[in-house]
Amino acid sequence: MRLNVNGTAREVDAPGDMPLLWVIRDVLGLTGTKFGCGMAQCGACTVHLDGQAVRSCVLPVSAVAGRMVTTIEGLSPDGSHPVQKAWVEADVVQCGYCQPGQIMSAAALIAHNPSPSDDDIDLALAGNICRCGTYQRVREAVRKAAAQRRAER
Amino acid sequence: MSTIGLWLATDGWRWTIAAPVALALISCSHAPAPASPGPERADPVASFEVVRAVLQSPRCVNCHPAGDAPLQGDDGHVHLQFVRRGPEGRGATGLACATCHARANPPESYGAHMPPGVSTEWRLPPPEHKMVFAGLNSRMLCEQLKDPKRNGGKTMPALVHHVAGDPLVLWGWSPGFGRKPVPIPHDQFVRAFETWAAAGAPCGPPPTARNP
Amino acid sequence: MTALTRRQLLQRSLLSGAGLFVAFHVPRKARAVPEPAGKQVPHPNAFVRVAPDDTVTVLLAHSEMGQGVWTGLAMLIAEELDCDWSKIHVEHAPAAPVYAHPAFGMQMTGGSTSTWSEFDRYRTAGAMARAMLVDAAAARWKTDPKKLRTESGYVVHGKQRLSYGQLALAAQAQQPPKKVTLKDRKRWKLLGKPTRRLDSPEKVTGKAQFGMDVRFPGLRTALVARSPVFGGKVKSFDAAEAKSVAGVEQVVQIPTGLAVVARDFWSAKRGRDALQIHVDWDLGPGATLDSAALLQDYRDKAKSKGPGIAAQKGDAEAALATAAKRVVAEYDVPYLAHAPMEPLNCAVKLEGGRCEIWTGTQFQTMDQMSAAKIAGVPQENVVIHTQFLGGGFGRRATPSSDFVSEAVHVAKAAGVPVKTVWTREDDIQGGYYRPLFLHRIEVGLDGKGAPVAWKHTIVGQSILAGTPFEQFMVKNGVDATSVEGVTDSPYVEEVPARLITVHSPRTPVPVLWWRSVGNTHTAFAMESIVDELAYAAGRDPLEFRAALLAHKPRHLRALKTAADKAGWAKAPPAGRARGLAVHESFGSIIAQVAEVSVDDDKRIQVHKVTCAVDCGTAINPLGIEAQVQGAVAFGLSAVLHSELTLKDGRVEQSNFHDYRVLRLPDMPEVQVQVLESDAKMGGIGEPATAPISAAVANAVYALTKQRLRSLPLRLAVA
Repeated sequence: MRLNVNGTAREVDAPGDMPLLWVIRDVLGLTGTKFGCGMAQCGACTVHLDGQAVRSCVLPVSAVAGRMVTTIEGLSPDGSHPVQKAWVEADVVQCGYCQPGQIMSAAALIAHNPSPSDDDIDLALAGNICRCGTYQRVREAVRKAAAQRRAER
Repeated sequence: MSTIGLWLATDGWRWTIAAPVALALISCSHAPAPASPGPERADPVASFEVVRAVLQSPRCVNCHPAGDAPLQGDDGHVHLQFVRRGPEGRGATGLACATCHARANPPESYGAHMPPGVSTEWRLPPPEHKMVFAGLNSRMLCEQLKDPKRNGGKTMPALVHHVAGDPLVLWGWSPGFGRKPVPIPHDQFVRAFETWAAAGAPCGPPPTARNP
Repeated sequence: MTALTRRQLLQRSLLSGAGLFVAFHVPRKARAVPEPAGKQVPHPNAFVRVAPDDTVTVLLAHSEMGQGVWTGLAMLIAEELDCDWSKIHVEHAPAAPVYAHPAFGMQMTGGSTSTWSEFDRYRTAGAMARAMLVDAAAARWKTDPKKLRTESGYVVHGKQRLSYGQLALAAQAQQPPKKVTLKDRKRWKLLGKPTRRLDSPEKVTGKAQFGMDVRFPGLRTALVARSPVFGGKVKSFDAAEAKSVAGVEQVVQIPTGLAVVARDFWSAKRGRDALQIHVDWDLGPGATLDSAALLQDYRDKAKSKGPGIAAQKGDAEAALATAAKRVVAEYDVPYLAHAPMEPLNCAVKLEGGRCEIWTGTQFQTMDQMSAAKIAGVPQENVVIHTQFLGGGFGRRATPSSDFVSEAVHVAKAAGVPVKTVWTREDDIQGGYYRPLFLHRIEVGLDGKGAPVAWKHTIVGQSILAGTPFEQFMVKNGVDATSVEGVTDSPYVEEVPARLITVHSPRTPVPVLWWRSVGNTHTAFAMESIVDELAYAAGRDPLEFRAALLAHKPRHLRALKTAADKAGWAKAPPAGRARGLAVHESFGSIIAQVAEVSVDDDKRIQVHKVTCAVDCGTAINPLGIEAQVQGAVAFGLSAVLHSELTLKDGRVEQSNFHDYRVLRLPDMPEVQVQVLESDAKMGGIGEPATAPISAAVANAVYALTKQRLRSLPLRLAVA
């Protein structure tokens, strides 16, 4: 099976029903995308599929053949994506485990809506659970990132 | 107890259906296939009650909610991820339906409670015509359904075509592992719909206190 | 400020070529700990390392699980070392006696103790390293070290400067000072200043490695089929179908069940699914457990005084009988899973008489002991590579080392290196819960509304019974963690007649500390009953509390600050009400005002939480704010959503769809006011979790006049 992950074509030997998450983690060895629930409840496994945020834990790899997958490793090579920079600036992370998923959701949001309202932010990230409770700073960081992105344009 | 019996007994259903129809439905569910000609053959209004029972079953009503938040489960709880209808009925920007709902149900090996999917993409009716099924009495539901201003400009043949073959409608009868399908067979539903449509899509009398 | 004289505290590293190590005395045994694979250097047992390239590596004796010790403890060293903050690099220390918790004597992270317990040790390490660098520079310049100063990673003498890196090798040859004087806090440059986290860059790029992310050639993944009922054992099984799943290599029996060992997670999961239907369990007595029946049993028990007498003064019964007014209330809280975002996991490699472990743990020493016993190797041959913890909240600190022990069993039985992974379902249903608790409180008020009698009966499982900690923390049938927050309550200590007793029933359900431990229920009970008493006395909840806390200036200050900031004196916005709570735990005092409303579906919405916290000296205000916000969120999950129930011995919840937790739109705006004080430094990871339940319940009462005494809070739907 041929996948496009982070802009690189990858030949993958995996059963078609294996969730994309486990192909990314166990077959391709990209461990930034996290396992949290296995049923699209927590968002830790969020990646972009053709630019849209999706939960990779419930997506059979056979469903993504030929489509563009972006993981946290592919968002930027060095943490320079506006969302990542805003995250550092707002000192969002605590344990950090859910954060790649939060960041991928936030990046998808501002890619499609560069001026999200507070409600837009709440709704776009409602599928990403953080047990440390970083939510307040997540909001702040998304606002910062959106402002940054607007400034760049 | 049959599934429909249980289903009718589920808390949170704020509607009741006329007793004879309920009985007919229960008997149908005891012997779901092949569906024998039921009372809907003769009576388009009774046929509509079959249609209504389908539309207001959890598999259909959950994405035809009263507000802009879809529902989940057989208990019709508000979608846990704060999902909203969004500008096109496909969720909010950043948390689209497609974030979790793919183009097919996940394989059965994934287990229960998985987000279902459909080839034509998971969605709610768009905000311009919300097609609310939740909480409506029979007459309101009936009038909305046939009103092109409210049903997305669909003619009666288009509606029949939609209920007979739209993959999202058909999903209600193959909703994936661990989820109860619509409790009335699809062909029976389509026949009831056709009977109602062929008779000019009549709506029953306005609700009364006894029969809301 | 503090002149520390520690005898033989320092020992220079044996390392040559990599610069300066500062280490405290290292027992011989600890030095025998084998090297982590791939490193050429001897085991350092050090707290700080200055390398020729100017980097300063801080070795962390505690585990970073989100609470920010990665940054906070590094700040302690950096302040005294006077190094360049941008050159700081942090690593988890290996498991070794030198890293034992200064207060607890074993290597562990918990109890909101890391910062205060390391305050002196880490600063001293920094100061000693600085002194040795200065001495090295003095030797180079042939001058008196007293004439030198340091400045952000340099030793300076007039116009001459040498970087710490340039001095690192020479500094090794210096005698460590016998005594260092730590900076007076007036001279602090870094401590007390809001400082961003050092672990952000790797955590926002996905590079941070958690236990779940450990990979190396030959490492297999295992999932364990465990009994559906606590205490059940495998009776018989047929592994044929599981073994036929592609990728499954072995099915091995271990004490907790059957492990399916496979080449990757998905194969192991499919294999376990196939196995589970072919296992016959001897369920044992746990199969009749029912949490609703248990709660009823607790209710019955609470009607009579418990066998454990936690506090007694005067004749509470008699005082109750003659009190002008009597208030009786029962509060209950359910079992709760910690549900850290990273499901439990542990990788183990047994080879050459060593047991190597890669995991996120809060309990290195206990894990070493457990692993050594199972693996049959000496404790010092158990090497623990602590990874970032994807949340802990107490779950990764089990006295039985449950998930580590099990993983060692799996690796031993399989004969290959194995990472045992828990699914979310395994996590929710796998036990080690915050125990179900019930409080029955009877209070007598005098004519002026002051409490004159307090009879308090607490029913709930002891967390410590049956653990190695029982001997220290369970006295006369009273587990200190069952009563913390009640026996030491400033409300109760002024009541002339009081009786606090405990029933500690045993059940097969494994229980554990859960962020803020006993305070999770005691703060709910205490701050709710005090609110009820205020209303019973016809007094304002703030004024009533302030009167009872007149002898507690820190409590009063926190209370009044939170109330002021929340605008207590002014009416809340239409449709909203405020509730108040103040509670001391882990050496810190926190007051909270919650502002709530109730929607059309009777769901409670928490809009704003105003907090005032006095934790003594504040090391990193930015981190404190994060911990308070996070602890409020963690507490709110339990206030609004989470509940774990058992029926027929089975846990009824399994994943986040039915074990619900707080999501972003539920998150209130949490304002944090840090109140500096001269008091001994307290903890900050946990205290804010405790009172939020009562603050919200009290606000709901103010709004609806419905007094909710069970968590999660649920309003009756009319």
